[in-house]
Amino acid sequence: MKKFIVEKGLVLPLDRANVDTDFIIPKQFLKSIKRSGFGVNLFDEHRYLDKGEPDSDNSQRPINPDFVLNQPRYQGCSVLLGRDNFGCGSSREHAPWALDDYGFRVIIAPSYADIFFNNCFKNGLLPIVLERAAVDQLFQEVESTEGYELEIDLASQTISKPDGSTLEFTVDEFRKHCLLHGLDDIGITLEDATEIQAFEAQWRAASPWYFTTPETS
Amino acid sequence: MSGKTLYDKIWDAHLVKQRDDGTALIYIDRHLIHEVTSPQAFEGLRLAGRSPWRAGANLAVPDHNIPTTSDERSQGLAGIKDPVSKIQVETLDANCREFNIFELEMNDLRQGIVHVVGPEQGATLPGMTIVCGDSHTSTHGALGALAHGIGTSEVEHVLATQCLMQKKMQNMLVRVNGSLNPGVTAKDVVLAIIGEIGTAGGTGYTIEFAGEAIQSLSIEGRMTVCNMAIEAGARAGLIAVDEKTLEYIKDRPFAPHGELWDQAAAAWLDLVSDSDAEFDRIIELEAASIEPQVTWGTSPEMVAPVTGSIPDPASEADSIKRSNIEQALQYMGLTGGTPISDIKLDCVFIGSCTNSRIEDLREAAQVVAGKKVADNVELAMVVPGSGLVKQQAEKEGLHEIFKAAGLEWREPGCSMCLAMNADQLGEGKHCASTSNRNFEGRQGFGGRTHLVSPAMAAAAAIHGHFVDIREINS
Ligand code: SF4
Repeated sequence: MKKFIVEKGLVLPLDRANVDTDFIIPKQFLKSIKRSGFGVNLFDEHRYLDKGEPDSDNSQRPINPDFVLNQPRYQGCSVLLGRDNFGCGSSREHAPWALDDYGFRVIIAPSYADIFFNNCFKNGLLPIVLERAAVDQLFQEVESTEGYELEIDLASQTISKPDGSTLEFTVDEFRKHCLLHGLDDIGITLEDATEIQAFEAQWRAASPWYFTTPETS
Repeated sequence: MSGKTLYDKIWDAHLVKQRDDGTALIYIDRHLIHEVTSPQAFEGLRLAGRSPWRAGANLAVPDHNIPTTSDERSQGLAGIKDPVSKIQVETLDANCREFNIFELEMNDLRQGIVHVVGPEQGATLPGMTIVCGDSHTSTHGALGALAHGIGTSEVEHVLATQCLMQKKMQNMLVRVNGSLNPGVTAKDVVLAIIGEIGTAGGTGYTIEFAGEAIQSLSIEGRMTVCNMAIEAGARAGLIAVDEKTLEYIKDRPFAPHGELWDQAAAAWLDLVSDSDAEFDRIIELEAASIEPQVTWGTSPEMVAPVTGSIPDPASEADSIKRSNIEQALQYMGLTGGTPISDIKLDCVFIGSCTNSRIEDLREAAQVVAGKKVADNVELAMVVPGSGLVKQQAEKEGLHEIFKAAGLEWREPGCSMCLAMNADQLGEGKHCASTSNRNFEGRQGFGGRTHLVSPAMAAAAAIHGHFVDIREINS
């Protein structure tokens, strides 16, 4: 997994609550068996004016000039500012893959859907929860200031604004550790393989009915 | 010390290791797999040179991408016209063969939507931890299992380690008191709950559904309720085990048999929250006040009773909520203040892991029997949740009732629930759907979804607009 230490970047204000995973990446793009290449179809139904297909030539498609991601001032953004319940809907990890592939490294919102929140960390994206008032304030500042950038420092858990002021955020210790070091969850879990084996043996003895299969029962 | 909730009990029984920072390693009993969220996970295993920890814990079935017309299905994999979809299904078959994972392939009689197949095969058992790379895994909680959706990285993690790293959720109890009025179904109950607590109301919680109205539901009805726990923001929904649960599971292929069954059944009856268990949040609803529900917007919480009207954004004081309503109405092509019963339909979809089991089909068939689909309804389709559901329905002659009324009778799969296959809702079209999500574009680009119960969808097909099922029945 990619490490996350510090990220400084332009902020995209996506002023909409309940942004769901269909909004982030529509289902026709889920047919891929790869992990990469989803960035061009991030927010597809809003970003383009026609319906995208996995084999469309995206460079030829009509873009929606009103959609915030297409506005010249936000090109190259890497920090996404969102509203409540960001990432609700399906469990598709294609959503964080698309955000990551587009170039986002940080999301800031007042709340997230659980599965999406979790999936972000697994892909080197940092979802930050800030209070609603702080998010409102950020929306105002971003929208009124062209070139508005934030610097996010994971080690110190701070967000620095252009005026030099900072906001603090909390992050789970274990997830922070994994992000800072780019650690792979599976490797960490397998360090406990003996404990898993011991658990499994005791569980099989106590509840053998969970270990039957149609062939053996 | 207070007692344990059902969630606490299952969690504690599966705790392999508790870390100081609050994360825990949880053992997973059953892993369900479908073709959309698994290819990258298998690829990850291959790249790392890992193999499944316990191949026998997995059950795979393709459902999202497969065609639902008999003609296409009869051609096997060659019947999948979209080459990208076909690769995904072929990849699942190949991965299951390579890693020795039990798969019900596309044209196996037992194939179907993964959340219909799990319980049907007895692969979902009370007290289990169950995961699947699919958010509607919450369905399985209806049988007293702790079940939730995971992302693809976690699919790989479970394959490789039989465990997940998790933080414990909080406990929420949703109690529905009293008994439901005739015509009001499990779907209406869960839509009413979501209308009450909102789509983020359950975020961070595991919801246990309880109360007389929930207990009186059949197991299939309970699955409908738990299926949509995720739509209320909760990764998992749970319902206590009772005699009905045991009756449902007994003799299913994956379930224990003989002496092992007796031992298991005795243990499972303890899978209820203790009477002195404490919940972090409790919500109560009165069953008698729940009416048939219809969603009018682009989020399941945008729901109203069929006797009600679409809200007028102008009368919403909160500016964020107002703009949400405005955005939704614009997308839906609807105006605030319109009575729900004035919404005209172009399409009716009866299917999905929420409502495609045999009782759902019976409920719908009863409404359309001897009638005809309204002229303005261009497409009405019934997609059974599995091959076995389809077989049972045909045994009962339900397919003839549907066909005579002008509804299409399809092969099992996810179909127009998310329209990854060819079953897509046209742009600007309104669909009465028994599925679980009414997000923008969910059933097809520009499509407009209204979530309802099977009976309400069937009645809408006949009348061409929403009608109160209670008036039809009386
Ligand atoms: S029926 Fe719909 S909600 Fe259920 S698993 Fe299939 S796509 Fe997902």
